Amino acid sequence: MKLKLATWATAALMTASPVLADLVMPSLSFRTGPYAVGGIPLADGYADYFTMVNERDGGIGGVPVRVLECETGYNTEKGVECYESTKGEGSLLYQPFSTGITYQLIPKVSADGIALHTMGYGRTSAANGKVFSNVFNFPANYWDAASVAINYLLDENGGDISGKKIALVYHNSAYGKEPIRTLEKLSEKHGFELLLLAVDHPGQEQKSQWLQIRREKPDNVLMWGWGVMNQVAVQEAANIRYPMENFIGAWWSGAEADVLPAGDAANGYKALTMNGVGKDFPIYDDLQKYVYDAGLAAGAGNQTGTVLYSRTIYAGFLAHMAILKAQEMHGVADITQAMMVDGMENLEITDAMMEKYGVAGMGPEFSVSCENHGGPGLGAVTQWDASAGVWNQITDFKVSDKSIIDPLILEDSMAFAAENNIAERCN
Amino acid sequence: MPDSLLFGTEVLLNGLMAGVLYALVALGFVLIFKASGIFNYAQGVMALFAALTLVGIMEGQVPFSHLINAAFGTDIHHFGWHVPALVAIIITMVVMVFLAWAVNHFVMRHLVNQEPIILFMATIGLAYFLEGFGDLMWGSDIKKLDVGLPQGGSFWIEENTQWLGFGNENFYGFFLDKLDLVATVIAAILVAALVIFAQYTKQGRAMRAVADDHQAALSVGISLNFIWIMVWSVAGFVALVAGIMWGAKSGVQFSLSLIALKALPVLMLGGFTSIPGAIVGGLIIGVGEKLFEFAIGPYIGGATENWFAYVLALIFLVFRPQGLFGEKIIERV
Repeated sequence: MKLKLATWATAALMTASPVLADLVMPSLSFRTGPYAVGGIPLADGYADYFTMVNERDGGIGGVPVRVLECETGYNTEKGVECYESTKGEGSLLYQPFSTGITYQLIPKVSADGIALHTMGYGRTSAANGKVFSNVFNFPANYWDAASVAINYLLDENGGDISGKKIALVYHNSAYGKEPIRTLEKLSEKHGFELLLLAVDHPGQEQKSQWLQIRREKPDNVLMWGWGVMNQVAVQEAANIRYPMENFIGAWWSGAEADVLPAGDAANGYKALTMNGVGKDFPIYDDLQKYVYDAGLAAGAGNQTGTVLYSRTIYAGFLAHMAILKAQEMHGVADITQAMMVDGMENLEITDAMMEKYGVAGMGPEFSVSCENHGGPGLGAVTQWDASAGVWNQITDFKVSDKSIIDPLILEDSMAFAAENNIAERCN
Repeated sequence: MPDSLLFGTEVLLNGLMAGVLYALVALGFVLIFKASGIFNYAQGVMALFAALTLVGIMEGQVPFSHLINAAFGTDIHHFGWHVPALVAIIITMVVMVFLAWAVNHFVMRHLVNQEPIILFMATIGLAYFLEGFGDLMWGSDIKKLDVGLPQGGSFWIEENTQWLGFGNENFYGFFLDKLDLVATVIAAILVAALVIFAQYTKQGRAMRAVADDHQAALSVGISLNFIWIMVWSVAGFVALVAGIMWGAKSGVQFSLSLIALKALPVLMLGGFTSIPGAIVGGLIIGVGEKLFEFAIGPYIGGATENWFAYVLALIFLVFRPQGLFGEKIIERV
């Protein structure tokens, strides 16, 4: 009898209590481990963006956002564990900031019907929405980055880089090898010589590679590095007195942490970016008012305005817009995982939206479609000013060479579809 | 002179310098193994912890500031002063001695006469603890380490070796990193001091006796506690030197603990119990991996250094299982 009463009482209480809905945004962070230097600003930016949205707007469409952080240590197995342990909470969108974790999550999110956003990393051919239904890599991917770098060199050299020697110093991993095929195609098209120099993980010892650069005297050096490899490469380049203005890193090799250890010697080093850098965006006023001044900043609160922090502010903004789109499409505020996929696939970013949310100029205008999950493929070039301690954007966002990249994306994605028996969609 | 000979010589010289840096890390392992028979898995993390502590002290950083701020709602991060490098190195050494005492007091003394694998497991635990403790104490962000060591290639060497090219336009003198040259001098002094200490001092002989047999050493009145604290302190000092040299290249960050990976083939080759072996092993590995990368690397995709170091060590192991300078262990039944 007592048990029955207790059961009824519990049931009555549950019926009476309002359902506390929230929009769950998992954050697969890596605040520890060898890549913590990059992971901390990424995690802080994402958390601070949604804290600001909650404090300023009361959530999105009236529903508060709950950032669910799970520490991966940049370890792929832990990343998968984090995914498995958080997906049941109604997680709307995963952004692991790790190519290794991305590759493991692609089949899982496709089976579970959850959206995965890998901006500027992960599997490049996921840009083909006909094959990768749940994976999005807008606004740009690795191959766009390689092409944007070559386009920049073309601009610098009056449109002709034939006969030039360009070296690629790359992390000897799936990530580091990503741009090679694109660069090989571009080298055939533009007639430059490509010199490939692999650096083994973690990249603390690169003397051989930089001695070779000293011997070969390439006109430009491109770098696809991550973590300690970046800092050592910048220092080694300074050691051999390689002209820093001819040294261009990918967008994962262009943060403050990558150049600070080399001090003044890093002055002039360039890097690609997919997002605007610096704090000169109105959104930082809101972050100051609603997050920093309120003592709600994530982590130590010392990453504000850094390149990687701004990148996840931008990532947070894109996710925010996708949620709004999903809410608008389905007419409900408390959206489901499937609705979020719809929001991502129908996302349209306009200048007016960026202006309204205080991120004007932080990225380009673009739209996503069922076929195109990769966005416009725009990138810009930034340069490190060591005396001021800031990255300056020195070009506008410029388009990549789609005549080279699109066929590569199609070829790779169709091979994936054939291997995994995936039927084309969007027809 | 032909390009390949000139550049090969340059690679060889730089391999020697890299080998010295590997040997600096390997030395810490050798010291502890020599004194206690423990393979100290935490040696790389000790280098990280020492470098973090050094930068923290130099910059006047408040240790555990994040924890303090979170607990008391304060916003303190720095004391507001900067400590000169030499003073900071001395204070860091005091911290490393305290760490040695703590390791002995809380871990090692409870494991006297245990199997080597138990002691090894204890150092794995210690490595993970120290990693987290270092993060908590000084934060995980990257820190620039500037103790006044020179950086960059030596102009003087470049200019004064240019004639070796005999008019070869592709050759403009040998490149040698000034930091590597300093590391070589420091390593030479360190090794000489450690060899003298181990061979000719009372404490050094006691250290070797403890390594041979804990209980036998105790029975003749050697204080195991003192010897272990002393050895862990010296290993802490070696870790500090390695942390400074490697930290100056890449900044002080978590990855510094991974330098231990570079020490393993050196130890396999040089032997776990020989201080000169660590140096010779380091030089062979440094030269071997650099020359292999120079001569063969381009034909097989490059990035050969990490694995080739182990291949080289394994080749030596086939002929000298105890390493070049390691003690031959003969066990009778």
